Amino acid sequence: MAVRTVLEWLNSCSGCEIAILNIGEALVPLLTRHLELVHAPILMDHKYLGQRGDGTEFNIPEAEVGLVSGGVATVEHLQVLLQMREKCRILIALGTCATHGGIPALMNGQDRKEGWEGVFQTRTTDPGCSVPDVEVPAPLDRVYACDEKVEIDLFLPGCPPNPALIAEVLMAVVEDRDPVLPHKSVCDTCPVIREGKGAVSVVRRFLVNAEFLAEDPIDRMRCLLEQGFMCMGPVTAAGCAGGGLPRCIAARVPCRGCFGPVRRDGNQMLDMMNALASNGSDFKSVVDRRSLLRFSGAHGGLRPLRRKSAAERG
Amino acid sequence: MGTVINIAPITRIEGHAKIAIHLDDQGNVRDTFLHIQSLRGFEKFVEGRPAEEIPRIVTRICGICPWMHHLAANKAVDAAFGVTPPPAGHLLREICQLFAHITDKILHFFFLAAPDFILGPDADYSVRNVMGIVKAEPELAARVVKMRQLGQMMLERLAGKAIHPVAGVVGGFSRPMLEAERQELLRDAETLLDFSCYALDFAKDTVFTRYKDVISELGAITTGFLGTVDRDDGSLRLYDGRQRLMKADSSCIDFEGDRYADHIGEHVEPWSYGKMPYAKSWQEGFSLDPAAPAGIYRSNTLARINVCEKISTPKAQAELEEFRGVFGRPAQQTLLYHYTRLIELIYVCERAVELLQREDVTDTRIRAAAEPRAGRGVGIVEAPRGTLIHDYTTDSNGCITKANLIVGTTHNIGPMNMSVRRAATSLIKGGVYDAGLLNKVEMAVRAYDP
Repeated sequence: MAVRTVLEWLNSCSGCEIAILNIGEALVPLLTRHLELVHAPILMDHKYLGQRGDGTEFNIPEAEVGLVSGGVATVEHLQVLLQMREKCRILIALGTCATHGGIPALMNGQDRKEGWEGVFQTRTTDPGCSVPDVEVPAPLDRVYACDEKVEIDLFLPGCPPNPALIAEVLMAVVEDRDPVLPHKSVCDTCPVIREGKGAVSVVRRFLVNAEFLAEDPIDRMRCLLEQGFMCMGPVTAAGCAGGGLPRCIAARVPCRGCFGPVRRDGNQMLDMMNALASNGSDFKSVVDRRSLLRFSGAHGGLRPLRRKSAAERG
Repeated sequence: MGTVINIAPITRIEGHAKIAIHLDDQGNVRDTFLHIQSLRGFEKFVEGRPAEEIPRIVTRICGICPWMHHLAANKAVDAAFGVTPPPAGHLLREICQLFAHITDKILHFFFLAAPDFILGPDADYSVRNVMGIVKAEPELAARVVKMRQLGQMMLERLAGKAIHPVAGVVGGFSRPMLEAERQELLRDAETLLDFSCYALDFAKDTVFTRYKDVISELGAITTGFLGTVDRDDGSLRLYDGRQRLMKADSSCIDFEGDRYADHIGEHVEPWSYGKMPYAKSWQEGFSLDPAAPAGIYRSNTLARINVCEKISTPKAQAELEEFRGVFGRPAQQTLLYHYTRLIELIYVCERAVELLQREDVTDTRIRAAAEPRAGRGVGIVEAPRGTLIHDYTTDSNGCITKANLIVGTTHNIGPMNMSVRRAATSLIKGGVYDAGLLNKVEMAVRAYDP
């Protein structure tokens, strides 16, 4: 029997849904044999208010499993999430926006009123534009991760999540077993050469390429943190690796933490500052430390900066 | 008081939107609205971030076309920091853009749009989708899934990360292409070129001829067009070129990207979070009235095919000539977006093959060193959904102080509203409608691939 499945997306970009499509060969049997999609806006036409658009009750069908991507940022996101919790036996938070807020939770570090107004008052908007408020879902006071609003049964972070792990989680549901998921850090899965602590006093911005020989495989390149770049591998959950390599490292680019903290309730900024300090690096040399929480700004991680008083401003 | 029909959510599109069709007491269409539901604040929350980090933040505007935001942002930051990437840096970026266009077009046509044509607009919603295509046309479906996957894996091999990429960097690219990789990618690009020719032939046989009437009528409107063309010969360009704004009477203004704000304004309606760009430089204001639109132009494939003088690659050029012979220039029928999308698919495959045949693509000089500084930069690429504009101002520490983004899809928000109005008005009379008919209204939106 195919497993009835619902897909939904909230404050999201559809990268998680593209990651599902990137499952590859297993995709066709998954979508047509193992799972029965009963509601999935990106792929099929089930509607909230009936197929004739004249219903009055918001409805998502009952299902064995629900996958929800994106954080919760508007009243409509909340309505969809609550409905999914009610209708799905197993609710899976898919992707870092759903598990930790993700990039859109950077908005939590802004003054929201001023922020929304600014979006509609740019170099090119007509003079006098204001924030739309008719028939559009009102924003909540901040961006929430899904588990701040409902109970989540399984967390699958990643920006995007690894297609192989999405397939593993779904097949685990189909086969009624526990999924096998990684629980180490990106560093633990990274094959670069590490020579030891203490070499770096100042953290460099990524304005020149890493040092490596083009023909050399990754395991002949020196650790990017040891090369002096900010690399968040030590404080980021593993899981991105394809073919045994963390994906950004495969591009010879440092990690920015897109799978969220290693422990689900960890704080990537504080953990990274600790890692740098214990390495003898001056954490004050990191420009824009708050953006170390760029993937995990929900759960109260990012808040608007306190405005300086007139006296403080001098 | 009349009733309201809600198409919520609009499905098989990339994004959050709904359609509200307001009927009068006689059951005829009084008004329609396409409400864009998503508000995330990228322009605001990039402020204060180091500019070189922006290309790996703004990717999350869209998970279907993250490469486009990645590259437009890289170009904008190059300009703000005053750094010029070496030729191979630009080539590697453009190759990634082409691969991304390839998978995007396969995804849109076959996974999202084709169910309406292959299974029929009136087929039951439970089968009118890609799973239905797998059952109805298993061989076709298997090939399509394989080709799309191939494109995504080519991106991963070259750039590490296909979704939300990181390999484009201020000043160029993060790693060179090895000769062995070049040869493999070239072989794969040739495979995709074969498939692209097959895809257009398939669509001509099974879609464009069979649905001729639907194509000429559904959601048809008359507008101008915006795209990017080669600075010298006016041919189709996606990575770099000059912007061309064409009026419905086919007269054109060309401008350099950094002058975009002289030509494009953004109108805001209280019922949609999506800003609506319009042609400010036409000085006719803004109106969505399908009978007398003002300032309205369209972007995406139909627009690019309309504004270009020619296409620089032979197979796509032959298709362009055939297309123009039948539909003229500019072609206005909304559902021709699908046709032009597949012509462009051939172009991007041919162009990928062309670039992968160049020896200098494996040059190891791929990045120029950048220094943070105060400046302003505008970066533009053609995203699958239209001309994508990133505009950043930086402070002396190279951090963002101001950002303005005009995203490809948004150019078409006004036109989509007009097409919905047209489709709904012609299809719903005297309160008589069914689910299949509402799907046809959605098809007028899907053509734009929003």
